[in-house]
Amino acid sequence: MTPEPVPLLRVENLQVHFPVYSGVIAQKEVGRVRAVDGVSFSVMPGETLGLVGESGCGKSTTGLALLRMLEPTGGQIVFEGTDITRFDRKQMLPIRRRMQMVYQDPFGSLNPRMTVADIVGEPLDVHRIGDSGARRAKVLDLLSTVGLTKEMAGRYPHEFSGGQRQRIAIARALAVEPALLICDEPVSALDVSIQAQVVNLLQDLQARMGIGTIFIAHDLAVVRHISDRIAVMYLGQIVEIAKRETLYARPLHPYTQALLSAIPIPSPAIEAARPRQIVTGEVPSALNPPSGCRFHTRCPVAMARCKTEIPALTALGDGQAVSCHLHPG
Amino acid sequence: MPPSPLLQVRDLTTEFRTERGTVRAVNGVSFDVFPGETLAIVGESGSGKSVTALSVLRLIPTPPGRIAGGEVLFDGQNLLNLTEHQMQRVRGNSIAMIFQEPMSSLNPSLPIGMQIAEPLNVHHNTPWAKAIDAAKTLLSRVRVPDAARRVDAWPHQFSGGMRQRAMIAMALANAPRLLIADEPTTALDVTVQAQILDLLKEVTRETGSSLILITHDLGVVARYADRVAVMYGGRLVESGTATDIYERPSHPYTIGLMASVPRLDSAAGSRLTAIDGQPPDLAALPPGCAFAPRCRNVHARCGEAVPVLREVAPNHLSACFLHDT
Repeated sequence: MTPEPVPLLRVENLQVHFPVYSGVIAQKEVGRVRAVDGVSFSVMPGETLGLVGESGCGKSTTGLALLRMLEPTGGQIVFEGTDITRFDRKQMLPIRRRMQMVYQDPFGSLNPRMTVADIVGEPLDVHRIGDSGARRAKVLDLLSTVGLTKEMAGRYPHEFSGGQRQRIAIARALAVEPALLICDEPVSALDVSIQAQVVNLLQDLQARMGIGTIFIAHDLAVVRHISDRIAVMYLGQIVEIAKRETLYARPLHPYTQALLSAIPIPSPAIEAARPRQIVTGEVPSALNPPSGCRFHTRCPVAMARCKTEIPALTALGDGQAVSCHLHPG
Repeated sequence: MPPSPLLQVRDLTTEFRTERGTVRAVNGVSFDVFPGETLAIVGESGSGKSVTALSVLRLIPTPPGRIAGGEVLFDGQNLLNLTEHQMQRVRGNSIAMIFQEPMSSLNPSLPIGMQIAEPLNVHHNTPWAKAIDAAKTLLSRVRVPDAARRVDAWPHQFSGGMRQRAMIAMALANAPRLLIADEPTTALDVTVQAQILDLLKEVTRETGSSLILITHDLGVVARYADRVAVMYGGRLVESGTATDIYERPSHPYTIGLMASVPRLDSAAGSRLTAIDGQPPDLAALPPGCAFAPRCRNVHARCGEAVPVLREVAPNHLSACFLHDT
């Protein structure tokens, strides 16, 4: 009997709530924004998990909480077998060497006063890896890994286009050879032709280095190219999680179906023939989420019990789990 | 006989003075918009698509910008020859614009209803009470629930999608013959994006007005456009019907663009075909074809002269030397 494979990252019932205060002198907590409200998933070594949803679904907050840049209100984060949920700053330092982040905005995430070599080499300085000669060699090696030339090492971020800047950010994240890479909308600020370059680069790097990845995005079409499994989030919760092939061939949650239907396919003939499922309304506030199933206010197939009973995320076999009363398991 | 075009843009050139010299954001662009049709202008950032739209309405900030040449014939009349006062009578009346960011294009200190009523009051002296009534009707036409009450709401009380609906209501107020929508859904969530575009398509179909849809999203174009114009580096590189552009793209840039879009119906996990290289720097465009440095079919001529648009099939134009043979 083979032992159960150990996940690289295991997240159990993660909650990130932001208190809302009112009052001028006596600040009183009047409510909580439930940005992430009971999210559980795991990432295996070398696996890519896509985390998808619309704005306010909690996907970015989840990413920041994993790196402990936001404090979880509840739940558990187990990384490489260690519970890091309550680690302090000092304890997190060695963890951050194993877990790195690539942000959405390549214009805001690079220090404009630092050269490319300094930006990419900074994690090596922080974690005291190698002497200056070794660091220099490593930086040049990283630049060529992400498709930049060594002549670019002495330049500053403003001399680069968006796609090149995102390559610099990826090189920086790879410098410490992390086991887990969290990419928060890494291509959504880029032009279509450049997006494809960065998606291909990430795919190549994964194939070569076997880094576990969480790919956060709002676009189910991009995620499809890069993820092994995909979790769909709505208002702070996972509504469906499945292997890639399953999710696109047989989406079960009405929200997943609507999200897929909303994305146009670039072909007029296919679009004209395609059945559409348009949901009405917009995402409600996470300050006061709907009772029962959070999607019931927009769901085209909502039933009476959806208003009162919260559907549990139920495993339906083959790695697919759905939280919907239509699929009780 | 085909109908005559509502809008004819001829050789439009718009320049900006920058620290790095004069930049031609729009460089000799010509296209037509026919009554009732949706023309999508597609391109990546810096391609000149938004500046083209702003030039049609003469909304280019001068200085540093300047419309350096060409004609914008609306109903046969060259808008570039009008005085500013005459132009004001066109904007928001026979041509209306919907911008990308609904929050920054609405006045935060005026109720929604007054902003929708304003074009009626300004252009037709409609008394305010009557104009506000019309605003209610317009709001319910763009499916804002409870329009009679929401007409008094403030922009901050509206969600992103509702604000964009209000913007559309405002644009529709004077029943324009041409609507220009500049990335109208880029700031919105995917499910809301579909609602707004469906609404735009529906109102233009009802009123028979034409729509210029400016976007970078090739999926959106396939779903909503009748004809497509592709821009690169300030120039129009290809134009044709949506079917021409998607089924038989001709210009190497269009072909590359189509291949680089992630699609829901491609083989899962397949590689995207990226266009190598970086987008063009308008202040330092190569001599010749702007796409040449990234083009797979490049040859010596491409670096020397700029290829002109030529017909590769009836009403399907493409600007590439490959078509010369």
